[in-house]
Amino acid sequence: MNDFTFVKAQTTTGAITAVAREWGARYVAGGTNILDLMKDAVEAPPMLVDINALPLREIEWQQDRFVVGALARMSDVAGDPQLRGAFPAIAIALDESASPQLRNMASIGGNVLQRTRCAYFRDPATPCNKRDPGSGCGAIGGENRRMAVLGTSEHCIATHASDLAVALAAFDARIEVVGTRGTREIPVGEFYRLPGSTPQMETRLAPGELITAVIVPALSYSRRSTYLKVRDRAEYEFALASAAVAVDVANGTIREARVALGGIATVPWRSPEAERALAGAPAERASFERAAEAALTGARGYGENDYKIVLAKRTLVRALEMVTAP
Amino acid sequence: MSDSKDLSRRDFMAASSASAIAPAAPSTRDSVAPSPTRRGSEVDIVLDVNATEHRLWVEPRVTLLDALRDRLGLTGTKKGCDQGTCGACTVLVNGRRIDSCLTLAVMHEGDRITTIEGVARPDGTLHPLQRAFVERDGFQCGFCTPGQIVSALGLLGEGRTLDRETVRVQMSGNICRCGCYPHIVDAVLDAAGRT
Amino acid sequence: MNVPVLGAARSRVEGPEKVTGRVRYTADYAPEDALHAVVVTSTAANARIAEIDERLALEVPSVVTILTHRNAPRVDARKQGPTSTLLFLLQNDVVQFDRQPVAVVIARTLEQAAEAADRIRVSYRAETPQTDLDAAPVAPVETIFGQPGTHARGNPDAPLPAGSVSVRQTYRTPTEHHNPMETHATIARWDSEGLTLWDSTQWAFGVRERMAQVFGIDPSRVRVIAPYVGGAFGSKGTPWSHVALAAMASKVTNRPVKLVVTRPQMFGFVGHRPKTEQRVELAAARDGALIVVKHVCQNETSIADEFVEPCGVFSRDLYAVPNYFMSHRLRRLNVSKPTYQRGPGESTGSFAMESAMDELAYALAIDPLELRLRNYSEVQPNNGKPYSGKCLRECYALAAERFGWSARNPAPRSTVRGRMLVGTGMATASRATHRSGSHARIRIDRAGEVTVAVGTIEQGTGSPTVFAQVAAEILGVPFERVRFLWGDTDLPQAPLAAGSQTAASVGSAVAAAAQALRRSLDELGGSIPNDGLEIVHAEEPPESEEAYATQAFGAHFAEVEVDPDLGTVRVTRFVGAFDGGRILNEKTARSQLLGGVVWGISMALFEQTRYDRRTARIMNANLSEYLVPTNADVPNAELLLVSDDDRHANPIGVRGIGEVGICGSGAAVANAVYHATGVRVRDLPITPEKLLAQA
Repeated sequence: MNDFTFVKAQTTTGAITAVAREWGARYVAGGTNILDLMKDAVEAPPMLVDINALPLREIEWQQDRFVVGALARMSDVAGDPQLRGAFPAIAIALDESASPQLRNMASIGGNVLQRTRCAYFRDPATPCNKRDPGSGCGAIGGENRRMAVLGTSEHCIATHASDLAVALAAFDARIEVVGTRGTREIPVGEFYRLPGSTPQMETRLAPGELITAVIVPALSYSRRSTYLKVRDRAEYEFALASAAVAVDVANGTIREARVALGGIATVPWRSPEAERALAGAPAERASFERAAEAALTGARGYGENDYKIVLAKRTLVRALEMVTAP
Repeated sequence: MSDSKDLSRRDFMAASSASAIAPAAPSTRDSVAPSPTRRGSEVDIVLDVNATEHRLWVEPRVTLLDALRDRLGLTGTKKGCDQGTCGACTVLVNGRRIDSCLTLAVMHEGDRITTIEGVARPDGTLHPLQRAFVERDGFQCGFCTPGQIVSALGLLGEGRTLDRETVRVQMSGNICRCGCYPHIVDAVLDAAGRT
Repeated sequence: MNVPVLGAARSRVEGPEKVTGRVRYTADYAPEDALHAVVVTSTAANARIAEIDERLALEVPSVVTILTHRNAPRVDARKQGPTSTLLFLLQNDVVQFDRQPVAVVIARTLEQAAEAADRIRVSYRAETPQTDLDAAPVAPVETIFGQPGTHARGNPDAPLPAGSVSVRQTYRTPTEHHNPMETHATIARWDSEGLTLWDSTQWAFGVRERMAQVFGIDPSRVRVIAPYVGGAFGSKGTPWSHVALAAMASKVTNRPVKLVVTRPQMFGFVGHRPKTEQRVELAAARDGALIVVKHVCQNETSIADEFVEPCGVFSRDLYAVPNYFMSHRLRRLNVSKPTYQRGPGESTGSFAMESAMDELAYALAIDPLELRLRNYSEVQPNNGKPYSGKCLRECYALAAERFGWSARNPAPRSTVRGRMLVGTGMATASRATHRSGSHARIRIDRAGEVTVAVGTIEQGTGSPTVFAQVAAEILGVPFERVRFLWGDTDLPQAPLAAGSQTAASVGSAVAAAAQALRRSLDELGGSIPNDGLEIVHAEEPPESEEAYATQAFGAHFAEVEVDPDLGTVRVTRFVGAFDGGRILNEKTARSQLLGGVVWGISMALFEQTRYDRRTARIMNANLSEYLVPTNADVPNAELLLVSDDDRHANPIGVRGIGEVGICGSGAAVANAVYHATGVRVRDLPITPEKLLAQA
């Protein structure tokens, strides 16, 4: 790990100012992602600004939305009784992430910004257009069992790793950010960039902008939601495929649904295609399978990850069955 | 290098014959006094570890794990992977379990840090968890054990209703390659029943 | 011999120290003035080093020196014999595998050494590495543990009688890495008397011998101290390059040097289980009696070394089949040298053979357990020797009954539980055991305190406890008055602590020494001289022991739940019964068996080292993507001990249970998956995509 200057910020303004002054400076909250990347020499910021003293840990139910402070820890958010009741998919996504220790350390803001687990990205000895633009994509034609089948390009097929972000995508969450130019909210669906020809650009954060909160707008049927994560072993592993779903069912018919897929795409994959297929359909397996087909339209395997196309469909079908079960 | 720092092999042998179980140890630094000369980017911090304050100079990049092990001589907490994938480095910070390899020492001034060395009572009486681990053979090589025990201590403080399945899931952040898991679960349930 | 057949379930004597963090492993020692060494490893697998640019590295403060092939002292890294290992000690520019040592950085702090190591720029003249098992150059196998690598009995190529039923399949096991929780670590220091090493090793005496050879000094000038070992499983049986590199760094800097291998480096130069490809042919008569078994095996080895994974040994030595053939072949790949990993040969060979037996059972419509019983051999089927002890029938019966095997509906996909498919499978466990010579010293002082000393090691197997138990029983003194010293080449010589042999080897030596001490005490009328009494005993297995075949046996029964849509597999129940002869300590023995079973589950469902086929670089060199079981993956396995009073294996009747748990347990799980799904997966691990494809 490189040597760096460490600054402990006391205010949001102070944090933003400190980062703005030092090119390449990064915020550190839980540290579980940035420090890991620094140990692998994937990132080498000259300065870390510790933002843990900022008053951004509250979890608040406001009139029509949940506001989760960016520094709230994953375990605290998962354990919030109101959030668990209103948005089970979010709570489950958090519960199934990482390990108890990491959930106690990692912040919501950091989780949303976590970088891919792609083995080529994390290994500076191998080509990676995200880490070293222009060097090539080692995963294409290589070890790509965990890589994406949606949202890929010839430059990058790296899977987005966050479970939480998938659930947030399903609920149209917004990311509140503060920068030198003030405060704004970015919808999750716009927050992440597809790799395209610039995989090194992952989000629409401007340089130095700090995530201060995640806002989850109320949804009448959010209680009927779940997150299903499929992995090789029972715990402590990233998703092979996952699905966050919420369904509004009346008299056996789906009025409306939210669908987002994880573990299989370069960004958290909200699926309007699946949602359109479900709207108005009977709440039964055949409908779910049609929705799954629609969701994976255009999916492309790269050899070792071809199975994800089938697995993602089945994961979505299963999640929909779970959430519509009587 | 001066002669006084060179231990002869005879010194080693004398040390070893006195040790009942453990083999000979090279001379080991105790908790280091702060170096009088600050080097490079080192900063001066105070850490509260097991209810004792320690003052030390560390570069910002020194992890909490390495500060505990190398600067404070508290080697009970282990480095299994140094990248947050095994839980061997688990300590409690303000009563909550974390992986100390993925956080920096400089980030924990003002926090209450508990390591395995702080689990038993000062008079040496084992915590019920520790007694249970011994009784249930919840370890073999013992390397993951400090992390398991501190993690379990954290779990016991989380207010969950503990059954076998819950303990299995909630202890899955601590890898044991010797395969002791069912015995670990037994030990945690024993301790939960007693406390 | 008054050692009980089933030894007391004593808690480990070092338990209080282990649960308080007081035991020390190698990296826990911090010598005064020690420097930190970090190995720099190759990023090419078949190359010559073209250039090493150290300029940026040397900017890091406190870097003392950087060793490369340009400036490293000349030492002897050569193999010392056919089974020895070539070491990579910066003696030339040749790179033969991914993550081979190419430099060592020595600095005052670990962080600075690590940063400097990151900053070193190595460039290579690289060529395409060999990664394809089937295309790679062949190296023949002459012998396996002194026996032929190719072996036949009877007439394996005779035409099969009409009505016989055959199974012919190829089974594959992947590369696996041991990944003990404690990474390899060495501390080295030189002084006027020679070299002292603290090393995480399974054999302090082996390290001493090899380091003496590397540095061209007499072994008497090398002392190796082996602290507690945080797991080894075969990876620490031979000294790897880092041990010599630490010593080299210490010599060059004239300071103690501490070198701790990083977790990614654990996938580099410290050994692994080679991937295997095993073709098994079974033919049986309609009643299930085996007519012929053929087991054709190949595994990868490195470019410069030969390592055989002796898969055929399992099938050679188990069932009563008159016609048998096995062969082993090596393929040279640009990988590091493979080595023994828990149950070498029998763990991998049992997957193939016990899967094939399961396939045969289905082909014959005979119950899998019944098929094993019909081919039970009362004597060792290969050499005809009587067994020193064999309670395998009892193991089958006990485990089957506890598991509820007789209630099983044999049809695949016949059992569901909610949404899940449920399957059950069984397999035989068998692992050859033996013992080596060992020395032991036992001393009683005037106060009646007994000290037993053997230079063996403790890696989780319970040595300090069980050998004190043996001595206490024989001397007739309370256990609390006996202590066991270990872990130092200054103590009496012990063999390699591997191959399930330590209890038998060290135990027999301790027992013999204790008996001799007892006789001496009896001759003195029970009164101890003022300066105590000491016996040093050199125990060597007599040739007469070779008249008997010694194997540990067992029966594994597994239940799995498989999600029919998602392909995920969970082991929900496991019952195993094991015969290891005399059991020295019931508590530690159960833990060893449990550990073996967990390794078998892991082998079946999780472990695989993944190489980029183009570059031979390992792409999952970490514990996030090299999967081993978590707590949630392991059921509360029931482990039953079927002990007998084995009088022939060795003086204490122990037949070693460190590895028998992994032999067959993977097959039991794989067979259960077949029973659940009707899908037979013949290449491990059984991952969801392999079940999805066929569902």
